[in-house]
Amino acid sequence: MAQLSSNLLYVAFFIYFAASIVFAISLFGKKWRKSDEVTHSKKWGMWGFALSTVGFLFQLSYFITRWIAAGHAPVSNLFEFTTFFGMAMVFAFLIIYLIYKSNVIGVFAMPVAIIVIAYASVFPSDIQPLIPALQSNWLKIHVTTAALGEGILSISFAAGLVYLVKTVNQSKASKSTFWLEFVMYSLISTIAFVVLSLGFEAAGYSSTYQFVDQNEQQITVDYTLPAIAGPTDGQYVSGNEFGPLFEAPGWMKGEKAAHKLNTLIWSIFGGLILYGLVRLILRKRIGAAIQPALKNVNEELVDEIQYRAVAIGFPVFTLGALIFAMIWAQAAWTRFWGWDPKEVWALVTFLFYAAYLHLRLSRGWQGEKSAWLAVVGFVIIMLNLVVVNLVISGLHSYA
Amino acid sequence: MSNNNITCECGHVNPYGTEICEVCGKPLQGDLESKKLLNMRYEGSARRSQTYKTTIIDKIWNFFSSVKVGIWIIVLLLVASAIGTIFPQEMYIPPLSDPTVYYKEQYGVLGQLYYDLGFHNLYGSWWYMLLIAALGLSLIVASLDRFVPLYRSLKKQRVIRHESFMKRQKYFGKTEISHDSPDLSGIKQALENKRYNVKEENGHLFAEKNRFSRWGPYVNHIGLILFLIGGMLRFFPGMYVDEVLWLREGETEKIKGTEEAYYLKSDGFILETYDNEDEKFKDAIEESGQAVVAKNYQTDAVLYKQVGERVAGTDPELEKVKEHPIQVNKPLKFEGYAIYQVDYKLNELQKMSFTMDNKESGESIGDLTIDLYNPEKEYNLENGYSVEVMDYFPDFEFNDKGEPTTKSKVPNNPAFILNMISPEHPDGEVAFVAIKQNLEPLGENDYKMSFQNVDTKNVSGLVVRKDNTLWILAIGGAIFMIGVIQGMYWNHRRIWIRKGNDEMWLSCHTNKNWYGLKRELESITKETGLNMPLDQSEEKK
Repeated sequence: MAQLSSNLLYVAFFIYFAASIVFAISLFGKKWRKSDEVTHSKKWGMWGFALSTVGFLFQLSYFITRWIAAGHAPVSNLFEFTTFFGMAMVFAFLIIYLIYKSNVIGVFAMPVAIIVIAYASVFPSDIQPLIPALQSNWLKIHVTTAALGEGILSISFAAGLVYLVKTVNQSKASKSTFWLEFVMYSLISTIAFVVLSLGFEAAGYSSTYQFVDQNEQQITVDYTLPAIAGPTDGQYVSGNEFGPLFEAPGWMKGEKAAHKLNTLIWSIFGGLILYGLVRLILRKRIGAAIQPALKNVNEELVDEIQYRAVAIGFPVFTLGALIFAMIWAQAAWTRFWGWDPKEVWALVTFLFYAAYLHLRLSRGWQGEKSAWLAVVGFVIIMLNLVVVNLVISGLHSYA
Repeated sequence: MSNNNITCECGHVNPYGTEICEVCGKPLQGDLESKKLLNMRYEGSARRSQTYKTTIIDKIWNFFSSVKVGIWIIVLLLVASAIGTIFPQEMYIPPLSDPTVYYKEQYGVLGQLYYDLGFHNLYGSWWYMLLIAALGLSLIVASLDRFVPLYRSLKKQRVIRHESFMKRQKYFGKTEISHDSPDLSGIKQALENKRYNVKEENGHLFAEKNRFSRWGPYVNHIGLILFLIGGMLRFFPGMYVDEVLWLREGETEKIKGTEEAYYLKSDGFILETYDNEDEKFKDAIEESGQAVVAKNYQTDAVLYKQVGERVAGTDPELEKVKEHPIQVNKPLKFEGYAIYQVDYKLNELQKMSFTMDNKESGESIGDLTIDLYNPEKEYNLENGYSVEVMDYFPDFEFNDKGEPTTKSKVPNNPAFILNMISPEHPDGEVAFVAIKQNLEPLGENDYKMSFQNVDTKNVSGLVVRKDNTLWILAIGGAIFMIGVIQGMYWNHRRIWIRKGNDEMWLSCHTNKNWYGLKRELESITKETGLNMPLDQSEEKK
């Protein structure tokens, strides 16, 4: 059952990939347009939507079969949560598509969902037993609702990105073009990180270092990426012999500080190389390269979708990530609120979107300003997913 | 201020500060020609903050009623909250560590800075509290400031609107009337098909729907204010109980915080772990690097209630209330209290047994068992032999001066100074006895204490909670959710139609989701033959 489940996820992944390409064709495929523009985009958009739906059904089957195999809702560790988050994004996209029939959102939302699911694959995917704190019906209720809320809010990021790519003036370099390219680079460096991680894992790369931490305890760390930054005063023990090229500075303390720094370095440089390659091929900014294809996109509609995703997602997120979370925390940890980092970041996300709604509805922030806010909102959601789980230790660090 | 009221040409007397006449909709202020579009916020009703600006109260009111200020408070709270997660808060550092050195040791220079700036206790700091108080104030003032004018403007929607009101809406269109023109009843039907409430007056139509969604923001603000009040009540005595209860197997303890009315007995603590060979979880447990993964922590508890008055010096009379296995996620609940499974100690030392031996002959004189929680003063071994407990250190260590002392009352590392009395030594010989230690501090002894064995028990770490604020928080949260859904999932839309002699005018307004309104209009105009109104805000571009 577990094997079947993971195969279903692979299939879903590739169908999403196909759906993204089909959505792209509905927008870009000028050269082999046989029919007029509207019919072409309608026809391919419909296929894109159909493929996305089929992919979603496959991922839903993955989710159900894994649930049966594990005996509990598969949202209990980072692999399961992140894949579920990707699925929630696709689900949110399908709903938004039914309302607005916008192909261009698919061109951006589906690849982002794919990157999220690919990112999930770097975490161990074994079925884990549930520790006592997680044994509750609120596991399925709280986590799925919170992820769904974040998925819907992520659609506003996709729409915001469309708006920016379409409207930012690409004829000369500016702050807007820089930050837009920075978003593109971030997405690309996530891809680079996933590819590098999976590549070295497939090659069986591993090297082990030992060091003495500030509590004078002997710590062993396993590097799955070649060590560029080694632990401070670390000793090579076994495994593949490479580096470290330098040691992490002494003020970076904590058990895995050097290991995290090493991962960050790989992601940044891997991303730079991949981004550089793309730029070499395109010979212009990525934003500038995509912009012409968005010529016919109705930017007011995209702006509306971006706002609507927040309007729908905000209550869902509040319910899942704050209210249900508080009810569960009261049962499991004796208090509904305890300033655990994950709790705080759920609050930060809530406050951010509350500010967004006030800026938009009361201060009239629409268009570009609103689109940038949607991008920042997604950055906060990703910080909450990645940094708060992996870097900051707290009660929610299960993986 | 009554002399400052504004009388409209239709004869209606509007309160001071009104921008659009409450009855006919004629703009009252400003140069009509220069303003192409009306500011429809609160229909131009007078808002206190926009009207009164002189006294200090006005100024405070105006400050907190501003959405801009509100957003700043939200952003400051957001940034401050995020800073608090960079390093762990004081409550999450290991219990015995000293924060003055912990942050520097663990996180270096940045940790020291974090501590010096007071960020280690950020969420309890006076300035964070002040920010939350400011948020509460802003919620109350901003809501009141807008609630009244919105109520005034929505209380009675008028059907007939002034020409300049209609012309200055964002969407405005004209259709010439001819013999095949749409009739009002057809238009009315089309609007009703879109679930509008339609009113007719002198050939004018007014269609409105989802007005209740306008109250969403106020409802959710009320929910938030209630929530904040609930959070504040926690600081009042009696609203909140938080006690730790360590309970040994087989023992009955008073439940602290319940005014001695309740007692809890542990029938045993159970720790279950997952089977490492379980096919399903084998890989994950191996990957985790942990030897065992916990499956269940459970205290089989029995709750007793004290009956009648307790007489000093006697045991209380207890009546069994209920049995309940306390597990993580499944607290024992009674009368507003909840007892949680949070911690445990396995195999805690309970009793230690020794024999008193003659060193030379190796002969054992007798044995004794010391209850580590309640040691006796003297243990009589008969025939003139006895052992006197001179001193007891449940959690033994040497202090800075090299003297024996105890770290706590829990027998983690028990040590005794014993006086062994024998017929040869009626004054006794002193021995220092601890785990794996046997010292003779006052010189060579003839007798010694030999360690035999220990009795251990499991101990449950429980937390007793009562939180009388929970229901207020729950109501506040529920009201917030209702309000936010009410405001976000529906949109208030209004359409005015004015029939003149040769033209029919249509204008409309919504406070959000113009795209949806536009699509609705497209369908209505297509059905009725009216001209689609133009977006006047776009013409400017």
